[in-house]
Amino acid sequence: MFQFSARLVGAAVALTLALGTPTFAEQQLELKLMAPAAPGGGWDQTARSMQQALVASGVARSVQVTNVPGAGGSVGIAQFVNGAKGDGNQMMVNGFVMVGALAMNKSPVTLEQVTPIARLTEEIQVIVVPANSPIKTAQDLAAAVKADIAKVTFAGGSAGGVDHVMAALFAGAVGADAKKINYIPFSGGGESLAAILGGKVTAGISGLSEYEGQIKSGKLRAIGVTSEKRIAGSDIPTFREQGIDLVIANWRSVVAPPGVTPEQRKTLSDAVEKMVKSDAWKEILKQKGWEDAYLGGDAFADFLKKETVRVTDVLRSVGLVKS
Amino acid sequence: MMDTFAALAHGMAVAVQPMNLLYALIGVFLGTAVGVLPGIGPALTVALLLPVTYKLDPGGSLIMFAGIYYGGMYGGSTTAILINTPGESASMATALEGNKMAKAGRGGPALATSAIGSFVAGTIATIGLAFLAPWLVDFAVRFGPEDYFALMCVAFVTVSATFGDSPIRGLTSLFIGLTLGLVGIDKLTGQARLAFGVPELLDGVEVTTLAVGLFAVGEALYVASRRHHTEEKLEPVRGSLWMTKEDWKRSWKPWLRGTMFGFPIGALPAGGAEIPTFLSYSTEKRLTKHPEEFGKGAIEGVAGPEAANNASAAGTLVPLLTLGLPTSATAAMMLAGFQQYGLNPGPLLFAERPDLVWGLIASLFIANCMLLVLNLPLVGLWVRLLAIPQPWLYAGILVFATMGTIAAKPSMVELSMLAGFGVLGFLMRRFDFPIAPVVVGLILGPIAESQLRRALAISLGDPVTLVQSPISATLLAVALIALLAPFMLKGLGRFKANED
Repeated sequence: MFQFSARLVGAAVALTLALGTPTFAEQQLELKLMAPAAPGGGWDQTARSMQQALVASGVARSVQVTNVPGAGGSVGIAQFVNGAKGDGNQMMVNGFVMVGALAMNKSPVTLEQVTPIARLTEEIQVIVVPANSPIKTAQDLAAAVKADIAKVTFAGGSAGGVDHVMAALFAGAVGADAKKINYIPFSGGGESLAAILGGKVTAGISGLSEYEGQIKSGKLRAIGVTSEKRIAGSDIPTFREQGIDLVIANWRSVVAPPGVTPEQRKTLSDAVEKMVKSDAWKEILKQKGWEDAYLGGDAFADFLKKETVRVTDVLRSVGLVKS
Repeated sequence: MMDTFAALAHGMAVAVQPMNLLYALIGVFLGTAVGVLPGIGPALTVALLLPVTYKLDPGGSLIMFAGIYYGGMYGGSTTAILINTPGESASMATALEGNKMAKAGRGGPALATSAIGSFVAGTIATIGLAFLAPWLVDFAVRFGPEDYFALMCVAFVTVSATFGDSPIRGLTSLFIGLTLGLVGIDKLTGQARLAFGVPELLDGVEVTTLAVGLFAVGEALYVASRRHHTEEKLEPVRGSLWMTKEDWKRSWKPWLRGTMFGFPIGALPAGGAEIPTFLSYSTEKRLTKHPEEFGKGAIEGVAGPEAANNASAAGTLVPLLTLGLPTSATAAMMLAGFQQYGLNPGPLLFAERPDLVWGLIASLFIANCMLLVLNLPLVGLWVRLLAIPQPWLYAGILVFATMGTIAAKPSMVELSMLAGFGVLGFLMRRFDFPIAPVVVGLILGPIAESQLRRALAISLGDPVTLVQSPISATLLAVALIALLAPFMLKGLGRFKANED
């Protein structure tokens, strides 16, 4: 009952605000948001969180989320680029994994075709080892990698995803041949976690939030995180602190279709910026353990270009992208 | 042990609060409804409900999600039995005998044994979840890629029982399935195989699309083609609508055996619900006293897989609650549900929020009872479906199958595949090839392949690793015995015959 009335009050406040600023009310959007993945994954959760925050903060009147799963987003982006061209009321969620997937699947559609809107969140990556492993620090792991790279097995998510790219970057950063990494892809964090806990592999790579429970309970030891600076209140050192230049994050962003007018782009960018600043959004970030990584406009477009080059290079070096 | 009882009693107190009972009821109702529709699974339903339940209290909505999960397992079997359309891939084994029973006018007992079997298995497995979870999870984590590969070998050998009468035809079907299993991005190297540049094929062939195409669409085409030969008259009820004494006698052991397969395999991080259902089916086929009925509607073939199916659902909750390991799509959504409230399932959850965990476990018992009460009275209603004139019924099935496929994946390619598999199913029926091995191949092939390659990648290509772990060595020995036993028994039989 209490929650219900709280919602009523919220609606009343939103209504007053909307009435108080007529220009804003005119701008209220009816958006379609595509999650190019099946329900439940990171992109789907991002899309549904945006839906929640956009509506709760009064930026949009309604947001409809559609799921178009397939091949790391390759199916979704193809449908988005062809079907939503010039539509200023549609957006698509994407992220790091799509960059690699498009390159690996030789997708005819690329991220250069879409209109970048903003980077929204990122998840810090971590390397863990079983609690009883002789490896205590990132330098220990680096030494093992340098001694015999084939014997160091990394467990992580799908081939060509952020975990795989990170394994290759780690090898490269410590001066080993990234081509020779022994990376073992598992479907989803669950299966790889079992392999790490069971001591089947040397080390595991994943998003920090996914393994946080195991790290806190002492079943896994985190030997380094990929953030630039140490996470506030955390006792896990970064790789940089340990002398290894490895900075990477699993970022998620939102883009608009090709062929939108500068005005439409501005409307969408403004809407997203407003959403990012809303309390509803901040609340969601806290719940999901996502870092706020808002980067709008041309800065995001630059970032997207640089990241595409970096990821494609890495995937080429490990032989996942030919030519 | 006493602690567990006390905690469970406390959990019961949480679960029987009127609001929580209501959530459980909503959950099982929704779950049954979505389980009936092929394509729309419990995972999608939980995903859609997540934002809605955001404002509810955590206990209530988690109880509802668990209800949806269990309900989905019940609902999937109803369509499998009545119209040969498995709502979930886990209900496939149920369709094999269940639909034959329905056609012979024994749909009532088939639905009843599946509902009661699900209840029995769900209850036993939930008890297992309460008492064995910490122990079981240690075991599950020790399961490495080589052990999974060995488990797949056991599965391959035993499911050959689904091959029907001719092994050559069975193997042909199996290889069609294995080939379909190759389609898509190779999990270990990220390279596309047999996708022919079609992006929709990169994720491989969806099991439900194949199963619905082969079973439902194929059957509709076959029936249509034979309409002018003989008008097959379906009697909705022949004999008793309820289970006879004989049915009970033949069902209770398969229920228990199905549970024994379902719960531990469901608890494995890569176990799933399909493998135990097939293992249970083939075990029942071997052990039955009525082998002549298999393939024509044997009640054991429904009771066992259904129990295995539900027990595995409870098994899935073991790694989810104790490790925070989601091992199925629905479990992954429930994990998201936990995180929505800032709860992290894992070793700490039992200690930090016992009220929530035990409330959830207790409400699983309650959801199970509700499902039984909800499903048994419906049996009489459901079997009336079979009284619908054939052309209408099969037209309805086609609409239903198409809708379910589009709901799961809105794409032309998916629909074309459904139609293609329908034609394949028709041809296989027409020329007497068994259908189940195709689906078995699609499910088991890719798992066996990637686990084998993972094991070899970890051991740097040394095949000895496959027999080094005690678990895999044992399982491989079981597979070998299962493979050789029939020949040896045959030899023994001949020997005995000579003696006479």
